[in-house]
Amino acid sequence: MKKIGLIIKREFSTRVRKKSFIILTLLGPLLMAAVMFLPAYLASLPTEDRVITVLDESLLLDFEKGKDEIKLRYLPPDKFDFASAQAFSEAQGDYAFMHVPLSEAGDPDFVARNVRLLRAGDISVSVENYLENTLEKYLQKEKLKATGVDPEIIARTKTKVNLRVINTDEGLETENATVVKMGLGYLAAFAIYIFIFLYGAQVMRGVIEEKTNRVIEIMVSSVRPFEMMSGKIIGIGLVALLQFTVWIALGSLFYFISVSLFIDPQLAAANLPSSAANMPIPNDGLLSIYSSLQSIDFFSLIASFMFYFVFGYLLYAALFAAVGSAVDKESDSQQFMLPVSLPLILGLLVILRALDNPDGDIAFWFSMIPLTSPLVMMARLPFGVAPWELILSMLILLISFVLLTWFASKIYRIGILMYGKKPTFTELLRWARYRN
Amino acid sequence: MIKAEGLHKSYGDHVALHHLDLEVKAGTIFGLLGPNGAGKTSFIRIINQITAPDSGQLFFNGEKLSASHIKKIGYLPEERGLYPKMKVGEQLLYLAQLKEVEKSLAKERILQWLKDFQLMDWKDKNVEELSKGMAQKVQFIATLLHQPELLILDEPFTGFDPRNTEIIKKEIQRLGEMGTTIIFSTHRMESVEEICDSIALINRGKKVLEGSLRDIKQQFRSGHYDLVVEEPEIGQMPIGIQILSQESRQGKLHLKLKLEPENKQSLLQFLSTKNLHLFQEEEAKLHDIFIQSTTEE
Repeated sequence: MKKIGLIIKREFSTRVRKKSFIILTLLGPLLMAAVMFLPAYLASLPTEDRVITVLDESLLLDFEKGKDEIKLRYLPPDKFDFASAQAFSEAQGDYAFMHVPLSEAGDPDFVARNVRLLRAGDISVSVENYLENTLEKYLQKEKLKATGVDPEIIARTKTKVNLRVINTDEGLETENATVVKMGLGYLAAFAIYIFIFLYGAQVMRGVIEEKTNRVIEIMVSSVRPFEMMSGKIIGIGLVALLQFTVWIALGSLFYFISVSLFIDPQLAAANLPSSAANMPIPNDGLLSIYSSLQSIDFFSLIASFMFYFVFGYLLYAALFAAVGSAVDKESDSQQFMLPVSLPLILGLLVILRALDNPDGDIAFWFSMIPLTSPLVMMARLPFGVAPWELILSMLILLISFVLLTWFASKIYRIGILMYGKKPTFTELLRWARYRN
Repeated sequence: MIKAEGLHKSYGDHVALHHLDLEVKAGTIFGLLGPNGAGKTSFIRIINQITAPDSGQLFFNGEKLSASHIKKIGYLPEERGLYPKMKVGEQLLYLAQLKEVEKSLAKERILQWLKDFQLMDWKDKNVEELSKGMAQKVQFIATLLHQPELLILDEPFTGFDPRNTEIIKKEIQRLGEMGTTIIFSTHRMESVEEICDSIALINRGKKVLEGSLRDIKQQFRSGHYDLVVEEPEIGQMPIGIQILSQESRQGKLHLKLKLEPENKQSLLQFLSTKNLHLFQEEEAKLHDIFIQSTTEE
């Protein structure tokens, strides 16, 4: 046992002291935030305006101005014809030129058939969609007018519904709660996925390194292979845990800072006029996310997360160690990586289903299968899972952890001392059957 | 020190050790010889408890081999390496602690060894910065930090230049004199002749030869003698003495003879009348014994 401690200490301290670890741990949350918010930010940046010259001979469009970066420039039909309007558009360097012809006897369908958009080159899909929608809207108006319906009436009959969803289990009005729970479930499952891959691969690489350096030859005369394997897995697991804890701490720091700065004042203001508990919460995005977060049992969520995080990692790390022991160099590991990473990727795919229907059959079974349960169960948990299901899933995971580690260690023990030819799967199974 | 009884080990269809009996006496330097794939490494790994035999038993100082013996054994494997990103001092301390040496004691010994091997300046350097020879010295030190009663060296000289080979050889001899039992596995017969007291030769998992170096050489006497006389002609040899070859060089006649021990007396009498320059028995070379014993089967 003392030897495992020494190995854990070495694995942990050599990794934690690395510059790359320190940088990634501190900058990780920032990096992740950047990955999440950068696309949104980029999309919100003002883009270059696209001016479309319009020669609207039917006066159909009612001088619609355009939207966002699409601007419409109307030419007076009495001063321009098709050819001169097109020439004007090109001379101005406008994005495109649209010609809405004069309709024959006010027939909207004639316009629909003959309207043309011209541009030297390809038209962006967003522009085309926008123009089509706009034309459809005005043509519909024309047709309504032709049948004697006032478009004003139509406009007035449009109603916007904001469904108030009530979860009777929680007794709270939790607007947007489903979306928040989905986000939370996905985040937790994805974190486990990333950590298993990231740190499982480190275990594998560590084993391969020891093998290629032949340190293993010296080590095995002092330590049992099982001690080496578990020491490495636990040591690297602690590194993962440390990194994760720092990330959580930094994340919650950000969370509380933003809550106290932005949401608390709003909440106080909202509560001021009437102190009724069941007052509808103002329809504000941040505020409603905040209120639905409050409806989730974070303690049990975090506790289960830790369980699935730790045992999911341990389960996979043992397999990764076995894979590493079977090959001499990392490039040879692909063949064995596939069966190990397949369940992980499958788990990630199942999550998408499970988030939509957390109590469905697929979600249930994949949250019981030990290789996918750490991911799928985490995705289901924010929606609430029956205690017996959670306990059963955890129990299955625990038992398979013991069995798979035992199996992996049998391969590992032989693999670390085998060099040369890359083994086949049948050979790996034969190794597992060798006596000591 | 080590006694193997009917040690058998197979990997699938391949038999690595075939009911091997072997004894290594305490305080000897024991040469474990054999061609590649003979089963040397399998035997060594069983002693180190890296693998277990399928059947048979192994005794360490008369006790059945157990986990408690691990810290009494030092093993320098043939293919060996260190963690490249670890400092020399840390690496040695780590390996010593894994052999259950107390931390402060290990530090003391590390300093002593690094001084002896002139590696003090490298103590805080990463292993990857060392030359191959220096790294080998560090590995050698790592094998000895727990002061093992039994030292197993698998091809210890590969990768060493002649100067370092000499240093290591001296160290091995010193340890031998201090009473450490050493199992020395190698192909290099000249170093075996220099260092070893007794040897065992194994081939295809079976023991072919075992005994003290002297006895084995005795056993493999060829009965060939070299004779050099300062005469133009040797004349008629006594009966029972066979001339294998002869040639004249710079006025001396060089002969190779084959004779049975009982004819030695009559030959010496015959030679007393000649102008004798040299008469010596051709000693059996371990190299030849090795080749002969491993190709016979």
